[in-house]
Amino acid sequence: MTSAPDIRAGRLGCGEYADAFSDLHAPLDKHEARVAAERCLFCYDAPCVTACPTSIDIPLFIKQIATGNAQGAGKTILDSNILGGMCARVCPTETLCEQACVRNDAEGKPVIIGELQRHATDAVMASGRRLYKQGAPTGKRVAVVGAGPAGLSCAHKLATLGYDVVVFDARQKPGGLNEHGIASYKSTNNFAQAEVDWILSVGGIELRCGHALGRDFTLADLRRDFDAVFLGLGLQAVNALGVDDGGLRGVEDAVAFIENLRQSTDLSKLPIGRRVVVIGGGMTAVDAAVQAKKLGAEEVTIVYRRSAGQMGASRYEQELALTEGVVVRHWARPLSVHGENGALRSVTFAATAEKDGRLVDTGETFSLPADQLFKAIGQLFVPQDLEGSSDTPDLVSGRIAVDSGRRTSLPDVWAGGDCAAGSRDLTVVAVEDGKQAALSINHALRGIMPMAAE
Amino acid sequence: MTDLSVNFCGIKSPNPFWLASAPPTDKAYNIERAFRAGWGGVVWKTLGEEGPPVVNVSGPRYGVVHGPDRRISAFNNIELITDRPLEVNLQEITEMKKRWPDRAIVVSLMVPCEEEAWKRILPRVEATGADGIELNFGCPHGMSERGMGAAVGQVPEYVEMVTRWCKTHSRMPVIVKLTPNISDVRKPAEAAKRGGADAVSLINTINSITGVDLERMIPSPHTDGKATHGGMCGPAVKPIALNMVAEIARSPATRGLPISGIGGIETWRDAAEFIALGCGTVQVCTAAMVYGFKIVQEMITGLEAFMDERGYANISDFVGAAVPNVTDWQYLNLNYAVKAKIDQDLCIKCGRCHVACEDTSHQAITHLVNGVRHFEVIDEECVGCNLCASVCPIENCITMEPLVNEIDRRTGRMVDGSYLNWTQHPNNPMSAKPLQPAEPAE
Repeated sequence: MTSAPDIRAGRLGCGEYADAFSDLHAPLDKHEARVAAERCLFCYDAPCVTACPTSIDIPLFIKQIATGNAQGAGKTILDSNILGGMCARVCPTETLCEQACVRNDAEGKPVIIGELQRHATDAVMASGRRLYKQGAPTGKRVAVVGAGPAGLSCAHKLATLGYDVVVFDARQKPGGLNEHGIASYKSTNNFAQAEVDWILSVGGIELRCGHALGRDFTLADLRRDFDAVFLGLGLQAVNALGVDDGGLRGVEDAVAFIENLRQSTDLSKLPIGRRVVVIGGGMTAVDAAVQAKKLGAEEVTIVYRRSAGQMGASRYEQELALTEGVVVRHWARPLSVHGENGALRSVTFAATAEKDGRLVDTGETFSLPADQLFKAIGQLFVPQDLEGSSDTPDLVSGRIAVDSGRRTSLPDVWAGGDCAAGSRDLTVVAVEDGKQAALSINHALRGIMPMAAE
Repeated sequence: MTDLSVNFCGIKSPNPFWLASAPPTDKAYNIERAFRAGWGGVVWKTLGEEGPPVVNVSGPRYGVVHGPDRRISAFNNIELITDRPLEVNLQEITEMKKRWPDRAIVVSLMVPCEEEAWKRILPRVEATGADGIELNFGCPHGMSERGMGAAVGQVPEYVEMVTRWCKTHSRMPVIVKLTPNISDVRKPAEAAKRGGADAVSLINTINSITGVDLERMIPSPHTDGKATHGGMCGPAVKPIALNMVAEIARSPATRGLPISGIGGIETWRDAAEFIALGCGTVQVCTAAMVYGFKIVQEMITGLEAFMDERGYANISDFVGAAVPNVTDWQYLNLNYAVKAKIDQDLCIKCGRCHVACEDTSHQAITHLVNGVRHFEVIDEECVGCNLCASVCPIENCITMEPLVNEIDRRTGRMVDGSYLNWTQHPNNPMSAKPLQPAEPAE
């Protein structure tokens, strides 16, 4: 075991990458959509709507699909959730709308709401139609920090309400985690950028990429120059593994791996280990593990310290990983990593168990040979970027405290998405945060809460 | 052992399933396949008089009403009677009757409303050995514009007259096929009986436009940009047909007249319903055109299983069994009352019963109980209308439970099993001196 670690690019044949990273689900065609739509019972006060963080009128949009009005269906969705196209791709629908579907009780199978939502929003995108326009000018300006789901949602709603909006993003490309943080087979054909372009086409939104809060400007600057500020900052750091990795090559953050993969123009140039270990139990762990497998890793193992039921990844995601050939090991936590010549060779784990509600080691250990290890054990909000101002918003549980209108402790500052307390780290929740913040900002700046311009 | 064979006004067939006069029965090739598949009889597609053949459109002849998964709920057509030479049809009928002596072959006829025309064709049909004739007084498109088909069927005097000619000039049993495009189907049925008809068959197709192409603003089906109404058939017409059959079956003037039921029969259950309302045979077209002739095997085996289970040895054991339970509204028991009941274990909480009742009816179903989504009937408001049970997607989740010796909490009236119909009701200004007997004479 003295050979170099086996991390290399080009494990697949040239033509195989496109297949491996193609659309997870083929989109429904018109007939499939109509048949699926007919299963919807058009429930009264529908449980699926209640379960949707953005309260999309699901029975209505499905009825519109059933009657051949897919674009009308798309508008119904987008009225409530301007990122309805991406949410259709990444929402864990099986724990949201589809879990609430009454068809589960009737036949054990919900209406495929997520796929129908994609059908409808794709119809709008394909039509190239602009459904929304800028509201009558209010003469007021709002700064939005972060061009992720929360920031884009907030900016779009504000634009329809007549505000001039400037969106800042530290990265070179907008989209936030939609662009950088999810598996590529969930957002093929550059969908994230197409969606951003469509959202910005409403007008009245200026995008400034490569502008980072805390580096290029401060919160105080924004509060001085704008009537209101919305913070959609996301999370900045990955939780530490709790073991000394000694700086070994091959120990990496899953988030960075996913981002590199998403931004790669040639997947055959992307190195991947022969044996890959992913530590964590959330969507990021699954996205990293599945994509490692798709890049040609021979053995990919997800190791999670608790049970399958406690994993952050939905059951559907877990099954996806298993189907793709990923091994999932529960009840183990990393103890130490071992390397040779500065490169990772194996990881040793302690078996765990739950005792009186607490996680304890059983005393057993095991090792997995590994060329590459991805840490996917959650991300952290780092408030450092907010500093440099005399006032900073209050935090609670390490994230920005907000009220029901997503207003922070600073009267002219709102926040939403993953950086806000109470967030469930879901795209769809971030979208709702942005929307609610925009309505609250409008309320605060004008004292009224009008309907958004159509 | 169940025996599906029937003797329908002297026409014998091994089962009551006949193919109706229509495209599937236009020629020997189809009939051969139908008999091989198990059909008990056929009504040969309508023959016209000798002369230049009928000309059909060379384009779409069918309109269709699709369900969401493209299941066909209704068809219509603008096809005319057979467009093949009379002699060819007669030869094939002769040949088929020889090859399949145990099957019923009835020949549908439509010639001009002149006695000589009927005198000319009847002996030629009789010579084929066919078991009987069916007079096509129902076709509602094309031929009716030429004074035939429905144009005859809509005038009871003509129905009687032509029927009498046929009985006079032929020994064959005569079945008169009735059009539903008329206000009271009992009138032509009575006329047929007066003319000596051995049986009636109904319903023929219903005047219809199946849809409009909104791009081109042309109804369908169209021929070179113009459309005409067609005759509608298929599952959607069954309720109309059942009612017309029942009206004839229970009318004192036509009671006992054999009926061949037609209209949307697709399964054994449909057939059994027509038989229960008085039909001695049933005729099928659309189901065969949609699924092919094999569909009869489902009908045969299903009807056998039903009869076995119910202990019916012969079809005649239950022909008309439901007829005594059809009456006029005025004889319905106004003292009877039911309440909807929701089985909470079956309920999937879709809320359709609530919104249907709340928006459009009697506000008799809850939505929230103590802040929790819960659907429960409010007996004080429920009139027992059955709308909730009708819209419920779960079978038997909502049932209509009769009140028995208890107070109706909506009206405060004791429901004690007594009988009071409209003719006896105190709110009826005529009830003091009922003009008709209190109960129908059955």
